[in-house]
Amino acid sequence: MTALIEARHLTKVFGEGFFRRSNPLVALDDLSLTIEEAPPAITTIVGESGSGKTTFARLILGLTTPTHGQVCYRGVDLRQLDRNQRRQFLREVQVIFQDPYEVYNPFYRVDHVLQEAISNFGLAKTKAQGQNLIVEALVSVGLRPEETLGRYPHQLSGGQRQRVMVARALLLRPRLIIADEPVSMIDASLRATVIDSLKALNRQFGISLIYITHDLTTAYQMSENIVVLYRGAVAEVGDVEWVVKKPEHPYTRLLIGSIPQPDPKHPWERKEKLSDTTGNGRLERQGCHFADRCPNVMPMCRQKPPPLYQTAPHRATACYLYRDSPAAASEKLNDVFAPPR
Amino acid sequence: MNSNILQVRDLRVIYYTRQGALRAVNDISFDLQVGERLGLVGESGSGKSTTAQALMRLIKPPGKIESGQVLLNDLSLLGLSDERMRQVRLAEIALVSQGAMNSLNPVARVRGQIEDALRDHGVKLNRRERAEWIGELLQRVGLPQTAADMYPHELSGGMKQRVCIAIAICLKPKVIIADEPTSALDVVVQRQVMETLETLRAELGASVILIGHDMGLMAQTVARVGVMYAGDLVEMGGVEDLFSEPLHPYTRLLMASLPSLEQKEAARGIPGLAPSLLNRPEGCPFHPRCPEALDRCLVVEPKLQTVRPNRSVACHLHGALSAAREAS
Repeated sequence: MTALIEARHLTKVFGEGFFRRSNPLVALDDLSLTIEEAPPAITTIVGESGSGKTTFARLILGLTTPTHGQVCYRGVDLRQLDRNQRRQFLREVQVIFQDPYEVYNPFYRVDHVLQEAISNFGLAKTKAQGQNLIVEALVSVGLRPEETLGRYPHQLSGGQRQRVMVARALLLRPRLIIADEPVSMIDASLRATVIDSLKALNRQFGISLIYITHDLTTAYQMSENIVVLYRGAVAEVGDVEWVVKKPEHPYTRLLIGSIPQPDPKHPWERKEKLSDTTGNGRLERQGCHFADRCPNVMPMCRQKPPPLYQTAPHRATACYLYRDSPAAASEKLNDVFAPPR
Repeated sequence: MNSNILQVRDLRVIYYTRQGALRAVNDISFDLQVGERLGLVGESGSGKSTTAQALMRLIKPPGKIESGQVLLNDLSLLGLSDERMRQVRLAEIALVSQGAMNSLNPVARVRGQIEDALRDHGVKLNRRERAEWIGELLQRVGLPQTAADMYPHELSGGMKQRVCIAIAICLKPKVIIADEPTSALDVVVQRQVMETLETLRAELGASVILIGHDMGLMAQTVARVGVMYAGDLVEMGGVEDLFSEPLHPYTRLLMASLPSLEQKEAARGIPGLAPSLLNRPEGCPFHPRCPEALDRCLVVEPKLQTVRPNRSVACHLHGALSAAREAS
């Protein structure tokens, strides 16, 4: 069976080409990931700003063309889809963006964004039928249609607005939803509601999710498997239970150690000295991208980027600290994933 | 000797919009002690940023500080002339605002922007002294000396936010108000910025008011927390007390809505919506969403009252408790 979406050796370099910059920026470096049609899974891509996670989303959606590698939809390269395949792709792969304020036209009622999806894809024969679909979708994401329809975007809260977007994606009965930081602009108290709706989609409708975030807490709540990106390269990958509870890569440890726990009795650990990021992802070195900030850096780290070492059945870490474990091939990320629970 | 650097009494801010008067900050009172770290937490629209702006007297029309008093070391800020207030701002009380890093001038070097602040406040230093002071400021916020000659776009978000902190402390203010200083930054950088702020507070002996919606960040960085809801201060207490035993049902729901790293469980969102400030519900503003609302909550607005040492809450559940105790 061919996979729904297959990313093969995806690499994106900005600033190459005719108007060559002196120092091209490698946004994503050789990432391979497969999303099967069944069973539906939730995969998280986590990383700080500049780690390449949004670039990955844009590549999968076909909004950006990869520098190397390819994205295949049901076995066909995104760039070679014919008209019908492209339509099917646009319907089966949906996206939810970060900012629930900017995706709406403030002059239209929120119904518009839902009706548009129905008319574009001819989902309903009559108006009444379309209205039923809308009501059904809204109920599925935990919104009360009578309190939502007929309102303007500014009359809804951020969480409600974002759930209307989830409802819109759901209308099309997609196979895959890519959610790029869907809750980062929403108040903490409302995040839980959006996360619950996304999880319900996965359970009730069998939709796979790629959840992109910088927040490990929601990543942990959402997903089964997690890919930690650092400056475009995979740092750690595997079962979320393991990666979050017992992080191996020094970067994952730094990320988890920096989460402000809502408990005054568990203060931030102040063991490691935090070194500075210069903020530009230019790679001038040969070795591990994290070497400059790493507390455990060794001479070998600066020579060659570390491969992924498979340290347990369901996890792998790209760090020489674990060089005694067998190396896993970079295109076999999915082999490391834990099966859906 | 009064140990309170800042006293806020019955501060009320109203926005006069076309739809009517909107009470964004509703008679809040609190004290800030010398060297204290106080947090104000709440959802968007709870009035926490308006409070910060009111303390700086930066409320612009159609907003207006309707009534109340802000005493900074016995100096009544609301009674000052505009010119005198301009001098007090930054020199005595400084604000690091939410999008501060985007407010840097993109076509001026960092050095020039710090010099502007010094010049506007009449600091007379010769060129060498000025360069030394700017160097020291940058060092204090953990930036390299070379940052002074860079443009904002050459710095990362965290570094820009630290430049803003450097500007905020350039006149050694006694009170620093930080309004969501890290909400646009990721966790690692957030931690660096917060630790920078904490080091500075200790070095300068300043007091800090941290405003935000992240309960986790509050737990890590402040000593006392005030919870705001719909323009009201609904609960206040020491951070450990408040986190181990939240008294107001809103605070309790706010804590329960936080996702945990320890175990996978359905974190509960708060049902319902924050009320529109245009038509505040009668009685307690939280009653439409409150799982424990009493009949009284629909009619009588609870006032913030001290229920035990260093703990105050505006909720009939607890008011009733103390009243009952007095009666018996």
